[in-house]
Amino acid sequence: MSKEIRIKKGLDIPLEGGASDIEVKDTLTERFAIAPDDYPGYTWKAAVKAGDTVKAGEPLLYAKEDENLCLTSPVSGTVQEVHRGERRKIEYVSVDSDGKEEQYDFGKLSDKELQFAALKRSGLFAMMRQRPFDIVPMVDIKPRDIFVTAFDTAPLAKPLLTDAMLPYLETGLKTLAQYTDGKVYLCVAAGSGITSKAAEVYEFSGPHPAGNAGTQIAAISPVNKGETVWTLDAVTAVRIGKLMSEGKLDYTARVALTGADMKNPHIAITKIGASLSTLLKGEVNSEKGHVRIISGNVLTGIKEDMENGWLRWPYRQVTAIDEGDNADEFMGWATVSPKKYSVKRSFPAFLKGLNKPFKFDARIKGGHRAFIMSNEYDKVFPMDIYPEYLLKAIMAGDIERMEQLGIYEVAPEDFALPEFVDTSKQELQKIVREGLDYLRKETI
Amino acid sequence: MKGLKRQIDKMKPQFEKGGKFEKLHSVFDGFYTFLFTPNETSHSGVHIHDSNDSKRTMIMVVLALMPCCLFGMWNIGYQHYLAIGSMDQGFLSMFIYGLFAVLPQILTAYIVGLGIEFIVAQIRGHEIQEGFLVSGILIPMICPVDTPWWMLAIAVAFAVIFAKEVFGGTGYNFLNVALVTRAFLFFSYPSKMSGDGVFVQLGAGQPVDAFTGATPLGQLASGSADTVITNIVGSPLTSSDIFFGLYPGSWAETSVFCILIGMAILLISGMANWRIILSGLVGGFIMAFVAHHWASPLYPVSYLQPLEQLGLGGFMFAITFMATDPVTACRTKTGMYIYGALIGIIAILIRIYNTGYPEGAMLAVLLMNCFAPLIDYCVVNANVRRRMRRVTVKNS
Repeated sequence: MSKEIRIKKGLDIPLEGGASDIEVKDTLTERFAIAPDDYPGYTWKAAVKAGDTVKAGEPLLYAKEDENLCLTSPVSGTVQEVHRGERRKIEYVSVDSDGKEEQYDFGKLSDKELQFAALKRSGLFAMMRQRPFDIVPMVDIKPRDIFVTAFDTAPLAKPLLTDAMLPYLETGLKTLAQYTDGKVYLCVAAGSGITSKAAEVYEFSGPHPAGNAGTQIAAISPVNKGETVWTLDAVTAVRIGKLMSEGKLDYTARVALTGADMKNPHIAITKIGASLSTLLKGEVNSEKGHVRIISGNVLTGIKEDMENGWLRWPYRQVTAIDEGDNADEFMGWATVSPKKYSVKRSFPAFLKGLNKPFKFDARIKGGHRAFIMSNEYDKVFPMDIYPEYLLKAIMAGDIERMEQLGIYEVAPEDFALPEFVDTSKQELQKIVREGLDYLRKETI
Repeated sequence: MKGLKRQIDKMKPQFEKGGKFEKLHSVFDGFYTFLFTPNETSHSGVHIHDSNDSKRTMIMVVLALMPCCLFGMWNIGYQHYLAIGSMDQGFLSMFIYGLFAVLPQILTAYIVGLGIEFIVAQIRGHEIQEGFLVSGILIPMICPVDTPWWMLAIAVAFAVIFAKEVFGGTGYNFLNVALVTRAFLFFSYPSKMSGDGVFVQLGAGQPVDAFTGATPLGQLASGSADTVITNIVGSPLTSSDIFFGLYPGSWAETSVFCILIGMAILLISGMANWRIILSGLVGGFIMAFVAHHWASPLYPVSYLQPLEQLGLGGFMFAITFMATDPVTACRTKTGMYIYGALIGIIAILIRIYNTGYPEGAMLAVLLMNCFAPLIDYCVVNANVRRRMRRVTVKNS
């Protein structure tokens, strides 16, 4: 029997541009890339150079700290470029597909050690995250528990799993269970009917961030100082299951193309790291220019370029909205326009209801200020933490206070909704990221 | 509007670093963002933002203050013509009389306060912050109508510099700026801030024989158990007079009706926290009830019925517009209940048992402003202890 947890605090932002359930196979994309920035916690070094031939599943990058930990190619073909930015930092490694889909064979993975090595070597290990610090798990730390999230509540997100994936999910969960003395928790949406023998199943209902790992951990068993837990989405668990049962990697990504500037929002079937120039060809309404392409959702996604951008981790959504930098709004603070959304009901839009879809652009819509409004973050922050006080401790660089206020339990994404509602327009996720990095540097 | 924006955009370089008017950058920026919502788009983190910003927040509070402000202006005229026995004046002339009586004060508060804000913003090199938009209108509203403008100018300068800017500006002050202004006036110029002569403007007119300028709380403080509160010409005040605010006082805080409209605007738009208002009213009511139950001739104000106690003077206004200032109030939910309740209790306590001060709301809010960080600290530390206990339970 699964247990039910109802998340009360939070907010479903009514964003225009939800995707239909139509699935379209992406046949255009031939170039794929892996960006090391998506895998924080390790220093990644190139395992290939331009012109090398790789099979799908062969390493493109390896970790300086542990050479057996790799990021691998999603397709077979030729390495197109190891793109370096400032100070020769690798920004991405791109591969041109040869269309043959040759796969590296991991063979029969019979025992726990072989399986763990394969996990690290295949790039799937790097697709997981650990708390504290929200980084790729440290390979030598045994996690207290493992949390697998099987649904996404972010704006315009689509369901993660299809029925065909469920058997693999079970295998994946079984594999994961070997690496912890604690439990594997599978967090599913209420009413999804997903069950598992290998994991303890929790059903979540309520608004976003009910689907965030942080919210689920906080509700089930919070992370204490000195403890480590792994988090991953169910799609990664399915890929792990496939690797274990078939010895092969599955890089298929079901990507929801969403947002008001997407012509026909739908689901695209492609592979991870797909080039956005082909994935989004003809999809984006860009006649007016000034469109922002986000790899991911509007809360935590990465701003990418239509021409040179990639589908980035966690490889499940692309959103297109107006940039808004060309808007000339006269005395916006005094407007009575019903098109402006605010949870505060300080704009007349609340009279027509705040559940109807609104069109958002990327403007921050105000000036940066100090903390002014109180109890604003708490309404959308369903953890037993005082977000404002934690943020202040981070800004002050006070490690002891950060620990006391629960920094080990949080990831930047948990502060996405507070950042959205913030009257003072502060960059909360950035503050938390910097705080986590600082803490990690000082305590290790 | 596009043309106007082009014109202003053309002027922009002169106000930037190296430009002719570099020293006026903050002023220019202030006016620019006032006219046009900045087109800055998000650099990191979330890609979309809620439309509410601090400008909108302040404007909503000013909007909520408007019923009180407009009624207050009319009431100044009403009290004036009542005092000089010239009640044949129409609604409009009463309003206009009041408007011109307080206009110099409002202008003084804004010019001095915003002037200092502009200068400080330029020195520090940051944007002009709009906190004073609210303070500037609030300050005259809680002062007697006859407050000389120069006193007000000194008090505003003192409050803005020493209660706000020295701490870092909007968002960092721990005392409510408007109340610091009021307190400065109250303690520096007591003869102009209390007593029977300051709340009704007589102007050049001769008062009628029955005239007394005492406020209801003033009458009670010097009265006895059977004092009947009257208006300024000696007729008893009815409950509806109290509710609608037809009596003299600091000019914008008398009408419970208008305060309730303002309260509704603040609560619906989410600008004030209901916890503070509710617990403040409950705290005040309990104190008023207790005092009334054990009323004593030593403290004549204690004979007031609890509801009248809350409806008179500046209590309702302070609970609605002062106690809820998010920057100086408690910021945790539990803290808000404690903070509000203590303001309510202390305000009525001072009013009744300290006969030297006819009204205690101002002092109660300022006192609790000082304690708000401590209350929050205790509430947050309860959370910290809970977290620490979780670790020790695990490890034992």
